[in-house]
Amino acid sequence: MTEAVVAVSRWAIPLVLFLIPAYGYLRGVAVYEAFVAGAEDGFKVAIKIIPFLVGMLVAISVFRASGAMDLFARSLNPVLHLVGIPGEVLPLAVMRPLSGGGALGVAAELIGDYGPDSFIGRLASVMQGTTDTTFYVLTVYFGSVGVRRYRYALALGLIADISSLIAAVAICRLMFG
Amino acid sequence: MVNLIWLLMLLVGIVVAALNGHIEIVTDASLEAAQTAVNLAFELIGLMAMWLGLLKIAEEAGLVAFLARLLRPCTRYLFPEIPRDHPAIGSIIMNMSANILGLGNAATPFGLKAMQELQTLNPRPEEATPAMCTFLGLNTGCITLIPATIIGIRAAAGSTDPTIVVGPTILATGFSMVMAVVFDRVFRRFYGDHRR
Repeated sequence: MTEAVVAVSRWAIPLVLFLIPAYGYLRGVAVYEAFVAGAEDGFKVAIKIIPFLVGMLVAISVFRASGAMDLFARSLNPVLHLVGIPGEVLPLAVMRPLSGGGALGVAAELIGDYGPDSFIGRLASVMQGTTDTTFYVLTVYFGSVGVRRYRYALALGLIADISSLIAAVAICRLMFG
Repeated sequence: MVNLIWLLMLLVGIVVAALNGHIEIVTDASLEAAQTAVNLAFELIGLMAMWLGLLKIAEEAGLVAFLARLLRPCTRYLFPEIPRDHPAIGSIIMNMSANILGLGNAATPFGLKAMQELQTLNPRPEEATPAMCTFLGLNTGCITLIPATIIGIRAAAGSTDPTIVVGPTILATGFSMVMAVVFDRVFRRFYGDHRR
């Protein structure tokens, strides 16, 4: 199992890099020219999202570094305890929708502190793999096209996040509890 | 909503830092984050260029159209307002594929491309369309088959079985994807969205 998964993740990008140009060539595409033409768009989009990245990362970073995020996580503790989410993984649950890099740091810390094969270590791993950086994705994706009113997108994203969090805890309790 | 959350994160953060007597943290964190944001964007230039270049080859070779035809039943159901054969479908499919395979650095370029395509169909450019909301919901709740990053961290931490978390990850993300689809339908009805 481990070898298979490691092999897939090691081969995924080389395979894509091989197959798409090779297939394109066989279908008569001017592969290099097509690649360059497509790549041109990348620059504009990446520049356009800078303001949104700066705005979000500054607020998230202040919130986190000041210790406010930990306070927030702790204040949620009684509620989340009711649905059976262990207190140790709370900071990860709060961090995950806000910042991918931050959450990865918290998950790595939990895995290091409790051990990768402990219940908390496994739960943290599953949580990291299941939920997404909803906030970041939303602000950057909408920002890149100039949409200001998100309507129900944030609610939908958070519902998906909370669902995967609850599912992750339930499944880990069943399998590893 | 976003304005409020943004303001609260910033103000509460500053107040907490002040109460803790570490107000200098705010200065360090904000300045550093602003620089990190630009570094992220610069890294993204290269990644976007590479993946969008490959996407263009795949498009011209007919590969994207083939995938879009294959998945048409799904996309017709999830995105009824996107016209058949619109390029948005191709970008959405590529983004979802990257998410499913755990290729985070490919998912963002395809996702941003999909948003641009969706915006061409938007009658009110400042407001999210139902298709955009569906896309972002799916993006957040997307099923993940290979959580590659976390497997790496587990292996590095000396786990005896780094990939034991793959099964639970697939189950939990599958559940959240179903929830995203269900609630997307609910929200669409609630907001009375059937405009094309």
